[in-house]
Amino acid sequence: MSKQVNLTIDNQAVTAAEGALIVDAAKKVGINIPVFCYHPKLEPAGMCRMCLVEIGRPVIDRATGAPVMEGGKPKLQFGPKLETSCTTPVSEGMVVITNSEKVKAARKDVVEFLLTSHPLDCPVCDKGGECPLQNLTLAHGPATSRFLFNEKNHNAKHVPLGDLIYLDRERCIQCGRCVRFQEKIAGDPVIGFYNRGRQMEIVTFSEPGFDSYFSGNTTDICPVGALTSADFRFGARPWEMKATASICTHCAVGCNLAFNVRREVGGKNGSPSKGGIVIKRALPRQNEAVNELWICDKGRFAYQYSESPTRLATPLVRKDGELTPASWDVALEYAAEGLLGESKPGQAKDLLVIGSGRLANEDLFTLRKLAEGAGGQAALYSQSGGGDLLAQVGAAPGTNLASLGKGSVILVVASDLHEEAPIWFLRVKQAAERGATLIVAAGRPTRLDRYAKYVIRYAYGEEAQIVAALGDSPRRAELVEAAKPAAAAKPAAAAKLVEAAKPAAAAKTVEAAKPAAAARLVEAAEAFGKAENALVFFGSDGLGQSGAQSVAQACAQLLAATRHVGRPNNGLIPVWGRANEQGGWELGLKAANLQTALQASTTAYIVAADPYGDDPSLPAPSFLVVQELFLTETARRADVVFPAQAFTERDGSFTSGERRVQRYYPATPALADCRPDYAISAELGQHLGLKLEGRSAAAIFAQIATEIPAYKGLTYRRLAETTNATAIGAAKDPRDAEERRCADLYYSGAGYENTQGLGVQLPLQTLSPALSKPAAAPAAQLSKTGLLAVPVTQLYDLGQTVLPSALLRQRIGEAWVGVNPADAAEAGIEAGAAPAAIVQVVLPGKPEWRAAARIDERTPRGVLLIPRSMGLPLNAPLPGASIRPVVRRDSQEAASQQPA
Amino acid sequence: MAEHILLRHRDIPNIDRLEVYRQQGGFEAFQKAVASLTPDAVTDIVKASGLRGRGGAGFPTGMKWSFTDRKNWPHYVVCNADESEPGTFKDREILTGNPFQLLEGVAIASYAVGARVAYIYLRGEFWPIARELDKRIAELEAAGLLGDKLFGTEYSLRIYTHLGAGAYICGEETALLESIEGKLGQPRLRPPFPPAVGLFGKPTVINNTETLANVPLILQRGAEWFRSFGTEKSPGVKIFSLSGCVNRPGNYELPLGTTFRELIMGRGGGIAYGHKIKAIMPAGNSSSLIVATDEALNTPMDYESVPKLGAQLGSASVIVIDDSVDIPWLINKTVHFFRHESCGKCTPCREGTYWMSQLTERIAAGHATAEDVALLKAVAGQIKGKCFCALGEFSIEAVLSGMDRFKDDFEAKVSSYE
Ligand SMILES: Cc1cc2nc3c(=O)[nH]c(=O)nc-3n(C[C@H](O)[C@H](O)[C@H](O)COP(=O)(O)O)c2cc1C
Ligand code: SF4
Ligand code: SF4
Ligand code: SF4
Ligand code: FES
Repeated sequence: MSKQVNLTIDNQAVTAAEGALIVDAAKKVGINIPVFCYHPKLEPAGMCRMCLVEIGRPVIDRATGAPVMEGGKPKLQFGPKLETSCTTPVSEGMVVITNSEKVKAARKDVVEFLLTSHPLDCPVCDKGGECPLQNLTLAHGPATSRFLFNEKNHNAKHVPLGDLIYLDRERCIQCGRCVRFQEKIAGDPVIGFYNRGRQMEIVTFSEPGFDSYFSGNTTDICPVGALTSADFRFGARPWEMKATASICTHCAVGCNLAFNVRREVGGKNGSPSKGGIVIKRALPRQNEAVNELWICDKGRFAYQYSESPTRLATPLVRKDGELTPASWDVALEYAAEGLLGESKPGQAKDLLVIGSGRLANEDLFTLRKLAEGAGGQAALYSQSGGGDLLAQVGAAPGTNLASLGKGSVILVVASDLHEEAPIWFLRVKQAAERGATLIVAAGRPTRLDRYAKYVIRYAYGEEAQIVAALGDSPRRAELVEAAKPAAAAKPAAAAKLVEAAKPAAAAKTVEAAKPAAAARLVEAAEAFGKAENALVFFGSDGLGQSGAQSVAQACAQLLAATRHVGRPNNGLIPVWGRANEQGGWELGLKAANLQTALQASTTAYIVAADPYGDDPSLPAPSFLVVQELFLTETARRADVVFPAQAFTERDGSFTSGERRVQRYYPATPALADCRPDYAISAELGQHLGLKLEGRSAAAIFAQIATEIPAYKGLTYRRLAETTNATAIGAAKDPRDAEERRCADLYYSGAGYENTQGLGVQLPLQTLSPALSKPAAAPAAQLSKTGLLAVPVTQLYDLGQTVLPSALLRQRIGEAWVGVNPADAAEAGIEAGAAPAAIVQVVLPGKPEWRAAARIDERTPRGVLLIPRSMGLPLNAPLPGASIRPVVRRDSQEAASQQPA
Repeated sequence: MAEHILLRHRDIPNIDRLEVYRQQGGFEAFQKAVASLTPDAVTDIVKASGLRGRGGAGFPTGMKWSFTDRKNWPHYVVCNADESEPGTFKDREILTGNPFQLLEGVAIASYAVGARVAYIYLRGEFWPIARELDKRIAELEAAGLLGDKLFGTEYSLRIYTHLGAGAYICGEETALLESIEGKLGQPRLRPPFPPAVGLFGKPTVINNTETLANVPLILQRGAEWFRSFGTEKSPGVKIFSLSGCVNRPGNYELPLGTTFRELIMGRGGGIAYGHKIKAIMPAGNSSSLIVATDEALNTPMDYESVPKLGAQLGSASVIVIDDSVDIPWLINKTVHFFRHESCGKCTPCREGTYWMSQLTERIAAGHATAEDVALLKAVAGQIKGKCFCALGEFSIEAVLSGMDRFKDDFEAKVSSYE
């Protein structure tokens, strides 16, 4: 524990860590010093001057170093001026006064100054009702204005900083929180101040404007209504809305959200007279172990899919070749009959049940029960693999990225975290900034590289070998050899590991770089081995199922061999593509090769997955039941379609990549004829002669807790527990919630305090001996003919859960393919052309596809980067690809390649 | 008349040419320092001379140099040639008339703090001067007086010029550093101070142009020689930029401790057009207004005496105000300057100067009531002591002192309206 110092704040004795700021020390004992520019997660700036206090320090005798005494007490020296408590650290014997007349007057003065330039258009301001300026004006400001009304400064009120965020220039109080957030927390310094004095304004430097995956957070921490999001702007007033706790469904991080809803005409199921409930916005809900106070823009803006008018609203049954609406009874009966086919109940060997990580634990559990009961197979719909290892080597309970710093190592393998799991990107970056050693091993440059101590490049296909090399000493010895200057002339075989795929011609020029790269790998391996704590993330960059499986295996072995398992802040974190893929694995579903699995089945029940959309070439079963939100490509092929409820309409739980089980709650009523996935499955089970729990998510969770060892003893109630450690000031303010919310508003922003549950991390099983033995990972055997097409993830894609968001749609951009300049030149494609050259991408066995070529060194030689869910189905690396130039057309054409 | 120490071009023709400057012993001090003195020995000589910073605050220069953090390298030296204070025009004369003495001063300071790179930051309007300086730096490099392995030692030094973009605040040392780094010119939070964390996060010494121009002669002729000028606590000479209602405005290099009377009435030839002196602004626009009594005129201009008159010596840009000047008109000018130059970082200065300017505008125009005058005083008082940097605090000096010391002028304005 760091050194503690004793001080007095408003006559209260306070003990605080050395170096702590006065404002934080005061907050801990329930003294709320008003702030505007200060934010507990940001560097102090001292700009707004709202937090001025009187500070007295003991007078120290220069000769003895002891405090000078006066009347039995240490003599205090107060400065001639008030000081900013947000920039001044506590010190021994300090006396702070936050409630004197002098301090009160200063606050009043500062508020008055702020208001001279402020439009005071609270009645039409989005922030009104949850506005720190409004609240602090009421608490500390003057009651009347001494400023001549028509001498007020006026500025533009609707300045789009980008597609997502608008600036109201005259409301801005120039606190710089937004700028500091972007620079320090997000690492995207795309906005800043321009000009000076009263003309100083926030501007964006990026093209497109405010280009950051984290931009929405600035609207939460802006202490006035200067920054608003395009979707919530003028949408509702804070007091009209209710908040519901939820969990983001877009990636494996599991960010805690709050949905703000209100009743309005046009709302869900609403009649014109009564109105219905509508989600107005999503805000972060604080969970210091998961997302702190932040969410990414996908989590904030992509919830709209749940309210999309294209949602399925009634069961559909194929009649005369057409899907036609049917009643639930008819649909269930028909589905059960079809799925059973000729087989007897309990012996439907040919039945394949597929569920995806979009589903809750309760849904996936029920699906597995159904498959087992019916005698069929259950599979997790996933392009990744290796989830079965996590029960042994996953992140141990107590793991919190925020506690990683010096002495810890974080290894990120095969993942562009910024695209795959933005909040993990942000937290890993911050851990690296706190001193954790970051190792990034990837086939191409990623955003995380710049924070990494070691960047390791491999050729796609050699991921697992690189990971193995980090852990296994004989191989490392070989690398040390290779790293020696003498060996540089004839590079050892091992040095190849760190060599990106380069054709023979280019190989010579990179020869010189090899020893350095090998040495880096050796150093990284040593750092990893020695580290007190080590976390490994593995993602999906350039990997398919089998590739991911071997990478996971190699990571597990690395962790086991270096004893980085079973302790907090150690273990493996999978960067799954969906929120609850981990839940699927935990509950006994495994990712399957669908090509073979579907080949072997005659009937299939596919839930919350679109395999035929992702790969139209998959074999078709003779009878298909689909349970979905939308009429997907897979649903179009179905014999029966069940309309499911969206996650915003029901409750349930997810298990995050860090194996944290978290609850979410219904925010809106369900579409009239939609049912929760678990309930549909349970009923279908009944029609198949099975007795499945389907009454409520809670009842199913209770069953999970008795049947699945990892979930043993868990209850919904436990998942809903919170601790005092959630409020940023640590100790919860003893006063009433309303007052606390007001103080937290100006202190930390509009995001919600967590009162509905922090979730529980699952315990680990003991390590099987097999994992402790290092096994050489075989390199993926990828043929060297043609270009290697590899799938990569981008945050905003054409997925079903992104497209319905009108806001994000504009950010998705056109379909693209990453090409190395040398490969482009060989194919006769012009680099650097604007608009980007359109190319025809030819993959063996796949439909031809056109995309804009992104020609630069970010794509390694010999590789084509194919973004997932952008029109070309590619689930695993595929050799033998080629590109052809398309006669240049304008960019309009490229855009038209996007499915509308 | 005594020989000039800083404005030597007035005595020695063509000292702005390297060969002439060298004939005068130029760069011997730098060579001596690099070849035969330790950096600390150089710093000690400057400490012993009692030289105080001429940029405004009068901070002891040698002491500042000794604060550079020795555990963090590299170090930088920055010469502040922003010279933006209205009424100050002394650095320009050094830069154009006696540039090599400044460059040698920069070089010696760099050696003393172990800097191998130094910057001269000039206000944007000085671009022709910067161009000349660049040529002179090139000449020095050609002559082996700057560059690598100087005088057969391992010591190397490069000097670069950097232009500002027209912001007064960039004369403030930390805003200046931001500006060199290519950022928006706003002051930094202190501590840490530049000698601990400065340019590019490295220990940095920032000195005014005039301060550094003193250094070569201190080394050449010794600390004692330097102390033979000026007063005990304010040794040396100072360039007083004299402007306003005087007969002979201009730069006057005089020992610190010279009286206002000597400068204004003696050197400056007294007040023009038969008017009477009314007020003195000793530190340019950032000054309090001194009532020009006999006592005030007899006060020595040094860092200790001027505060007794309720003002600061600052950069010693003495603006003379005669009885034809209306004080509300005057403070309207100063306030407009600060409103225009406020960087906007902190609330009291950004909003307060704006508000004050609205009030002074009306008061000066004679469209204000006694209430407005009272409000102006309240607003200025509200700014006081709350600003992030000194600019905001400067902005109220003339306002508060003017309202306090020249009440009649304000009353006249108000009553003519009411
Ligand atoms: C608003 C403001 C403007 C300043 N402008 C200048 C300037 O133009 N030139 C200058 O040398 N110092 C200026 N200073 C003082 C510098 O911050 C700094 O104290 C000085 O350069 C230090 O040099 P010295 O120790 O040699 O005096 C200014 C300070 C403030 C607060
Ligand atoms: S930002 Fe706050 S104070 Fe300003 S108009 Fe909006 S609600 Fe009112
Ligand atoms: S936009 Fe908001 S957060 Fe940004 S500087 Fe202005 S008031 Fe602060
Ligand atoms: S006082 Fe504040 S606004 Fe004024 S120049 Fe200094 S930092 Fe900028
Ligand atoms: S100056 Fe402390 S909160 Fe703004």
